[in-house]
Amino acid sequence: MGTPIDTSAIGGCKPEAAICTRGVTRDFQAGQQTITVLHGIDLDIRAGELTFLVGESGSGKTTLISIMCGILWPTLGEVKVFGTDIYELGDTELVEFRLQNIGFIFQQYNLIPSIDAANNAAVPLIAQGMDRLEAREKAVAMLKKLNIADQADKLPRQLSGGQQQRVAIARALVHEPRLVVCDEPTAALDASSGRRVMDLLRDVAVAEDRACIIVTHDNRIFDLADRILVLEDGRITHDGTDVPEGH
Amino acid sequence: MLWIAIRMLTGDAQKFYGLVFGIAFSTLLITQQLTIFVNLIERGASGVYNVSSADVWVMDPVSRTSDVAYALPSTALDKVRSVPGVEWAVPHIRAQASVRTKDGDLEGVAVIGVDDATLIGLPKRMLEGSSDVLSRPDSVIIDDVGTTRMFPGQSPIGERLELNDQRAVIRGIADAIPSFTSTVVLYTKYSQALNYVPGTRNRLSFVLVGAEDPMQAKALSERIERETGLKARTRDEFAQDGIDFIIENTGIPLNFGITVALGFIVGVAIVGLTFSLFIRDNIKQFGALKAIGVTNRKIRRMVAVQAGLVGLVGYGLGVIGTVFFIWGFSSNPTFKGFYIPWQIPLVSLVAVFLILALTGWLALRNVLKTEPASVFR
Repeated sequence: MGTPIDTSAIGGCKPEAAICTRGVTRDFQAGQQTITVLHGIDLDIRAGELTFLVGESGSGKTTLISIMCGILWPTLGEVKVFGTDIYELGDTELVEFRLQNIGFIFQQYNLIPSIDAANNAAVPLIAQGMDRLEAREKAVAMLKKLNIADQADKLPRQLSGGQQQRVAIARALVHEPRLVVCDEPTAALDASSGRRVMDLLRDVAVAEDRACIIVTHDNRIFDLADRILVLEDGRITHDGTDVPEGH
Repeated sequence: MLWIAIRMLTGDAQKFYGLVFGIAFSTLLITQQLTIFVNLIERGASGVYNVSSADVWVMDPVSRTSDVAYALPSTALDKVRSVPGVEWAVPHIRAQASVRTKDGDLEGVAVIGVDDATLIGLPKRMLEGSSDVLSRPDSVIIDDVGTTRMFPGQSPIGERLELNDQRAVIRGIADAIPSFTSTVVLYTKYSQALNYVPGTRNRLSFVLVGAEDPMQAKALSERIERETGLKARTRDEFAQDGIDFIIENTGIPLNFGITVALGFIVGVAIVGLTFSLFIRDNIKQFGALKAIGVTNRKIRRMVAVQAGLVGLVGYGLGVIGTVFFIWGFSSNPTFKGFYIPWQIPLVSLVAVFLILALTGWLALRNVLKTEPASVFR
């Protein structure tokens, strides 16, 4: 079991860190009131690891992961993803950075209902400007890796929850991003499907030069993590290979 | 991404058809109503268009249109003939009369007296009979609208009418542009018309003039005015006077304007609501695309393509609908000769563009305001 750590003395980012946050603070305005959701988070995420970010609802997990992948500006602090200070980039550059380097897996999958599984999985490649048929071919190859190539021509509504999640994983990985960010990937799945999805994710998303962060509170899959970070009231209170009791 | 945008739109068939219907309905309403409006007010000039050979119309200074004219003294004809540049000048009478049919029905008609010798004043084309029939006693030529109204389903040739207590026999049918009120028109010789129309001292309505140089009709009309003290209008000017008279003296522009505005408002309402619903239903997908790395510029283009597709299909259907409407009613005398001026589809296109720009912008605002981070919530 890991112990709570004092991250304030970490100092500069290590060159090998996939993600490095320093002093990340995020405030939200609620009427006249300012609510601080994250309190100066210092964190290094290493490549080649499956990192879980866990915590109660309202602890700041989603805010932190959003900041780490460049879709929510921090109020204070810096975030480096593979050495790039992402909030120093211009708006368009940041969007382009996300497109090239980050793969997203959402809790609700957010697949486009009117295009088939293969085209859904091909979206990042199409967005990068690749020819649609070529992108589709690559997407089918990725679906094959995820053992769902036989469903490539089906619309999302014709797929089960587990199959939709695999399509979402294919979409997150098809453009070979260096960082994969998953939000509650097993929340909508039963235990066995959730486990299968996580096994797949571990197989395809974790590599020497690739980082994978998963936000979850699904304790059925905690044993699959290489590293577990616990967030409480906007502060990291635990960093280890397992979860402290009570979580 | 544009392919994805189109699939997103067409994949939701209900909303896609709703959007297309909204645009098609607006286009149909705007195009059809404007077409009817333009054709209807152009009928204010039908009296002028039906006499294609006259370059200049000369009238009393208070006369305003071919149907609103104050009679001239017969000496006006000689005055006009004496003006340099006039190749020919003929008398023309237009008057109202009542006609009793053989069934005893009473009908208000317009009697048009054309020059006895040249028959200038008659419409160019005859549908039945020839203009020569006017040389026979008591002859009149009826226009085709009059035929349909007074003799539905039967030939009027040979029919006798009681025209202000005078006998008139229909011996021909003219192919004429109907008047604004679609009144039955009876053409006869000028000398005969004087018998049909109750007498006042002056009964000459217009002097029709042919110019030696038709290209100089404007200069000739000014010279006639200067030298005779009468009012002279070129053919185009007088046609426009007839149109302006209807615009100024009827509620038609307002009524049609209201309908066209309603077409626009209905379009904005239907398309705006459906577009907003479509965007709202897809907001998570748009948010996901933004998170993945699709720029706002690409999102704008996606929405623009969606709007463009809806506009193209809806506009096409609306214009085709108008064409079918006009074609379907072309045999009805009310719609005789109706056509769609090229400017009207252009106006509809601009209206469709405005509807889509407005509703697309409103819908797009929601997409652009959506934070990519919202997909994690």
